[in-house]
Amino acid sequence: MNGSWFRGYKLAFLLPALLSLAAIVLFPLFFTIAVSFSGWDAVTPGLNWRGGANYAAMAGDARFWEAFGRLAFLAIATVLLEYLLGLALALLVWREVKLRRFFRVLFLVPMMTTPVVMSVLWRTILHESLGPVNDILGHLGIPAVPWLTSSLPAVASVMIVEIWQWTPFMFLLLLAGLLSLPREPFLAAAIDGAGPVRTFFNVTWPMLLPVSAGALIIRLIEASKMLETIYVLTSGGPGTATETSGYYIYIRGLRDFEISYGAALSITYLVVMIVALTIIAKLLVRAVKGKAA
Amino acid sequence: MKKKFATIALVAAVAAVLPALASAQSTIDYSKYGDYAKFGSATDAPGACSYQSIGKKNYKGRTLKVITHAVPVMGEPTDLHAKQFSDLTGAKVDVVHVPFGDLFQRIMIPLQTKQAAYDVMFYGSLWIGDLHNFLAPVPPAYQKVPGMVDVTPNYKDVATWGDTMVQYPVDGDRHYLKYRGDVFNNPEMQARFKKDTGRDLKVPATWEEYNEIAKYFSNWDWAGDGKKHFGSAEVTKRDDLMFSAFISRVAAYAKNPKVKGGFFFDLKTMEPQVNNPGWVKALEMFIDAQKAFPPGGNNFGLGDEIFSFGGGQTLMSYSWDDAFIQAMEPGNPIRNKVFAAPLPGSKEVWNRVTKSWDKFETPNAPPYITWGWTSAVAKASKNQDMAFDFLCFFSNEANAYLDLQIGRFGVNPYRKAHFDPTFWQQKLGWDAKVAESYVQTLSAMDKSSNRVFDLRVPGVSQFMSTLAAGVAEAMAGQKEPKAALDEVAAKWKEIVSKIGVEKVRAAYANVVKLEDSASTR
Repeated sequence: MNGSWFRGYKLAFLLPALLSLAAIVLFPLFFTIAVSFSGWDAVTPGLNWRGGANYAAMAGDARFWEAFGRLAFLAIATVLLEYLLGLALALLVWREVKLRRFFRVLFLVPMMTTPVVMSVLWRTILHESLGPVNDILGHLGIPAVPWLTSSLPAVASVMIVEIWQWTPFMFLLLLAGLLSLPREPFLAAAIDGAGPVRTFFNVTWPMLLPVSAGALIIRLIEASKMLETIYVLTSGGPGTATETSGYYIYIRGLRDFEISYGAALSITYLVVMIVALTIIAKLLVRAVKGKAA
Repeated sequence: MKKKFATIALVAAVAAVLPALASAQSTIDYSKYGDYAKFGSATDAPGACSYQSIGKKNYKGRTLKVITHAVPVMGEPTDLHAKQFSDLTGAKVDVVHVPFGDLFQRIMIPLQTKQAAYDVMFYGSLWIGDLHNFLAPVPPAYQKVPGMVDVTPNYKDVATWGDTMVQYPVDGDRHYLKYRGDVFNNPEMQARFKKDTGRDLKVPATWEEYNEIAKYFSNWDWAGDGKKHFGSAEVTKRDDLMFSAFISRVAAYAKNPKVKGGFFFDLKTMEPQVNNPGWVKALEMFIDAQKAFPPGGNNFGLGDEIFSFGGGQTLMSYSWDDAFIQAMEPGNPIRNKVFAAPLPGSKEVWNRVTKSWDKFETPNAPPYITWGWTSAVAKASKNQDMAFDFLCFFSNEANAYLDLQIGRFGVNPYRKAHFDPTFWQQKLGWDAKVAESYVQTLSAMDKSSNRVFDLRVPGVSQFMSTLAAGVAEAMAGQKEPKAALDEVAAKWKEIVSKIGVEKVRAAYANVVKLEDSASTR
């Protein structure tokens, strides 16, 4: 067979995918980088070169960096809680329990709903005047909580909605991981007289680490894009208490129509996320490998 | 011979009468297009925008592209009148609906990139500073139609940039006070308030009175329905139009009738005024009012405010018409118990020239002619004739009377004819006193020579979202009012510098011209 003909044949098969990649991923990325060096806004449209002015402004934009800090806290806290809850739910329905299949489907329902619609529902539920939560708390003798109008409760509200929506994702991955574990180590532990707690810490969880690491990384990537919940629930308030970098970029880039500044914020956000998540992934993999050794 | 003469005479008589018959006002039936029959029929007023006139246009084979807000507010009337226009003229009308948060960029990006995406645009009138260069001036013929001549001076001003009308009025908005007349006029409530405070219970003329009354009527059952009620519903959610609510409060303290040349900025120096003592005082009063909010009132968007006041939870509110119309909906327990009044004012107003407070015996209460819905035709449109005919038809007298009756449409009075109280009484069943308070409050705003308009300059969104963020931080206790507004002022300076001082000044001069004088239209 002629080598060059074969190489051309390969390229022909790859070309549609490569063109799609270029159009959907590469072009928007390079265009955004180009826009970030311009002054495009409502008053001055177009790719007029402004050098690094946007990046210089961003370096001194305390509101952006504070939003980043909030995002880091929200993302890490919600993902960790999702992991713990997801693991607990997976362990509940892993073995032979009654209505196992029903519960497995039930636990997945929140993830199948539309995030914006669910955020609107949660806003109604947590509404301090009209929602049922404070009503129920009142009947239990607990004072009403300013869910969306006070800083700490507002942060908690955002976390509640995110955890409610995305714990099923963790549950799904971890249940799949549990179901794929070999039986022999469990039999050996049982023979050695290990109880359920020791079995979990010495057998189950270590074997689940690779899946756990993957689930954590995937959820962290998604959690770092948190926007719908904040948009609907709090608009970043009260004040700036729940304003994350994604929401701030939306406000500056699209609402305020500072297209070029929004582009600079987006590129910086992308770079920071790639670096941070790469480091976290490497640390998790190292932890997994260390445990395996 | 006689027979021939009689026949000729008969034909001549019929020919003479026919035109009169044809031009007789016909009744419009909206039931074909949806559940609008309950609003009755409308009479087609003669003129270039009438059903009869538009029905003579032939736009078959042509397509009109329209962008508008999501259904129902402005989106639903756009759909309705687009279908009617299409039936009358044969034109194909493509309507695109966009949520408010995305509307500006969906309009702006095609305009900036020179794509002729839309012929007709419905949007917030305060964006005129950014959009005016892309808009086709309203041709003189359309400015002379009876419906346009009848538009009140305020709303002609809103539609105008410099001396050119570039927006086509389809709605009129303003902020005003709404209150529960059944409480204010209740002798028991009056006696109780007098006993506890030593003052008469009357419609607040100042923001101090407003806050006092609101706090007094908070957290107890003054409506006699077994539920706790509260004093004030205000739009406080940061990126949900809170900046407009704040401007309503600031106007009294900072729009000084003795000082011309700028409310948001000093026009001469372009120094932001948003952190002067008048603005700071307004923010302090806004923060104080929180004690009178219902639970969650610190996170009320416009929708929450509408349903809080309109649902009977609060004694007073101020914003657009919607909460009032909601309260007056058929079947609402507080229907015909709500009244309208001008925004409260202040007896002390900051004078930015003398750097002192001026005292007024009669409270200074400048009306805030806030932004509302407007429409325009793109300069680049190749269908300007059809586009202006559509807008002319959209806002013709019959359609406007229907739209005014349907609260969810978002169309509010903007013509002198709309301020006839008998319309509201007969068509909507309002009590005479309620209708009277409504039309008097709204129509009186046209006569003021000390008005506040929105900051209709390029980059308005940047200015307003910065202001909202600063006010929200102060409301949440994250910053002191003065510190928060100082930061806003600093950011406004940066924005002005980035856009160009002269560009912003030239645009702001148009706003100042409107604010510092009664309309000359």
